[in-house]
Amino acid sequence: MSNLRILVATKRVIDYAVKIRVNAAGSAVETANVKHSMNPFDEIGTEQAIQIKEALAKSKTGTAEIVVVSCGPVKSQETLRTALAMGADRAIHVDSDEELQPLAVAKLLRAVVEKEKPDMVILGKQAIDDDSNQTGQMLAGLLNWPQATFASKVELGDKSMTVTREVDGGVETVKTPLPAILTTDLRLNVPRYASLPNIMKAKKKPLAKFTAADLGVDIKPRLQTLKIVEPAKRQGGKIVESVDDLVDKLKNEAKVL
Amino acid sequence: MFAAIRPRLASVVAKPAVLNAVRPRFFSQAAVARSNIASLHTLTEDETLLKESVARFAQEQLLPKVQQMDEAEKVDADVLKGLFEQGLMGIETDAKYDGSESSFMSAILTIEELAKVDPSISVLCDVQNTLVNTLFRKYASDDIKERYLPRLATDTVGCFCLSEAGSGSDAFALQTRAVKDGDNYILNGTKMWITNSGEAEIFLVFANVAPEKGYKGITCFVVDKSMGVKVNKKESKLGIRASSTCTLNFDDIVVPAANVLGEVGKGYKYAIEILNEGRIGIAAQMLGLAQGAFDATLPYLFQRKQFGQNIGSFQGMQHQYAQVAMEIEAARLLTYNAARLKEEGKPFVKEAAMAKLYASQVAEKTASRCIEWAGGIGFTRDFPIEKFYRDCKIGAIYEGTSNIQLQTIAKIVEKQYSS
Repeated sequence: MSNLRILVATKRVIDYAVKIRVNAAGSAVETANVKHSMNPFDEIGTEQAIQIKEALAKSKTGTAEIVVVSCGPVKSQETLRTALAMGADRAIHVDSDEELQPLAVAKLLRAVVEKEKPDMVILGKQAIDDDSNQTGQMLAGLLNWPQATFASKVELGDKSMTVTREVDGGVETVKTPLPAILTTDLRLNVPRYASLPNIMKAKKKPLAKFTAADLGVDIKPRLQTLKIVEPAKRQGGKIVESVDDLVDKLKNEAKVL
Repeated sequence: MFAAIRPRLASVVAKPAVLNAVRPRFFSQAAVARSNIASLHTLTEDETLLKESVARFAQEQLLPKVQQMDEAEKVDADVLKGLFEQGLMGIETDAKYDGSESSFMSAILTIEELAKVDPSISVLCDVQNTLVNTLFRKYASDDIKERYLPRLATDTVGCFCLSEAGSGSDAFALQTRAVKDGDNYILNGTKMWITNSGEAEIFLVFANVAPEKGYKGITCFVVDKSMGVKVNKKESKLGIRASSTCTLNFDDIVVPAANVLGEVGKGYKYAIEILNEGRIGIAAQMLGLAQGAFDATLPYLFQRKQFGQNIGSFQGMQHQYAQVAMEIEAARLLTYNAARLKEEGKPFVKEAAMAKLYASQVAEKTASRCIEWAGGIGFTRDFPIEKFYRDCKIGAIYEGTSNIQLQTIAKIVEKQYSS
């Protein structure tokens, strides 16, 4: 294994700690003046790429170049700079102010893959704003590449990777040849902080910009959001005095009997 | 306990004043006169990134160990290592000396974020950056810079040795002597109240080479621990207990003349200038302390109910926390502005003194109120609030007592108004 190129996809989302609210029009979650950061699963993805690079350097079996990409408006560049500050080598911003749904992102990433020809693409398993859990899988389909999703452990071999996946039934280990798609799950690693020296070094790292038109991709949404509402507020519990009272309430109020 | 992080505009801080006044044309929408000056809330993108990174480090690596460090009266080894690894012990140092090559404001933000979680660790980082590193960067020869800055940035703690048993505010009454002996100086004396001295390997020692010249004999020496520095009595303190404060003895220590920092006899000047800057660092520490105490306490006011409502909704409480919130904001603006003035190369001595004085007062008031608001819980050592109250008092004492700050401010004001 000489030089590995790893493409890491990242998304700028509302920070996980923020209490989100539906906007006044009821059409979307309120994003104005709300703290945003890199999708946590994408941080895990960036960290994994850096760990792979460091392992290769330490064992002197090869080198890795980490290219981080984000599709979205100009503010997505903040996310890219965070990834550069963590240790990625260069960044690509696919600039778009339109709504980008997973299929559109997968098509854009396919175009980037055709340009960059990476050996693997790492994505988060899902973004915490839409919870789609589709982009990695769709990208694999479009590229006709193998995919290993919900990764909790990754080992690179000679032009292959062995991935432990967390699935509904437990844990599954798969081996795929490279190039391949990997999507990260929570327990894969603990992302590092951007240390101050790396933040300063990141300023000098290249950041290239493209638009969807440059890449020749049709990003028109295929899904239309009809309505967004907050979940119904939790009602307080009630204490009942007798079994008859309980049955009556279950029948007439909760309507579950 | 999350420090509330308000969203920042990721725009670069504007350079000195250009007022773009546009004359409104008749019959058209009046153009609004607007300067390009950003508010003190604006940080550069790098500063924002750093602030969030340090905040995360503080929450994840520092917070779990705060109580045990306070009880053991010692910095945890992993925490100290973490500070070095994050590049926080050489913030303004050049990259060629393995530093992070960042701005003074970055150091201030770092000190503030650390103090929100533990003021002891914050002062460790503050002394290293604003006193020790800055002295080397500003006054040391290239030889000394090469020998010491990389160590200070990567793995070695330094300390600033000025005070003695008989000289605190009257710093220049120091008694430590340095006698020239060929290519060396022989140092003798005792220093007291030295922050970081428990962990330090590098000591910046102020000693007098010519007492007959008074303060004009004071010289700054770079002393390695291996030259024979004896670290004695570690003070058991009310607050910032994890920060080591020790007495140092120098018994016929041989220091090469090559280790004189800057020029012989100029030590008094260096000390004054450094302390003027270091003041802004302490202001940041006190500011972080106040904010940290506030952030740790306010959520509780909206969880605890008495008489059927959140205690935070009683008007008496509302008036109190509104007042405190205002004072913290004022302390923040004084601190950030002093830092920006220094970065701009403008005079900042008065503003730095004001920032340190005010921030230490706000820290004390805030911590005191926070304990009252949290009631019995505030008074219990199981909860983090009481530590802020113990930690805050040092703010009125070190790096220039509050009375000294008032003197400094008064002298400058007097100069402005007398002829």
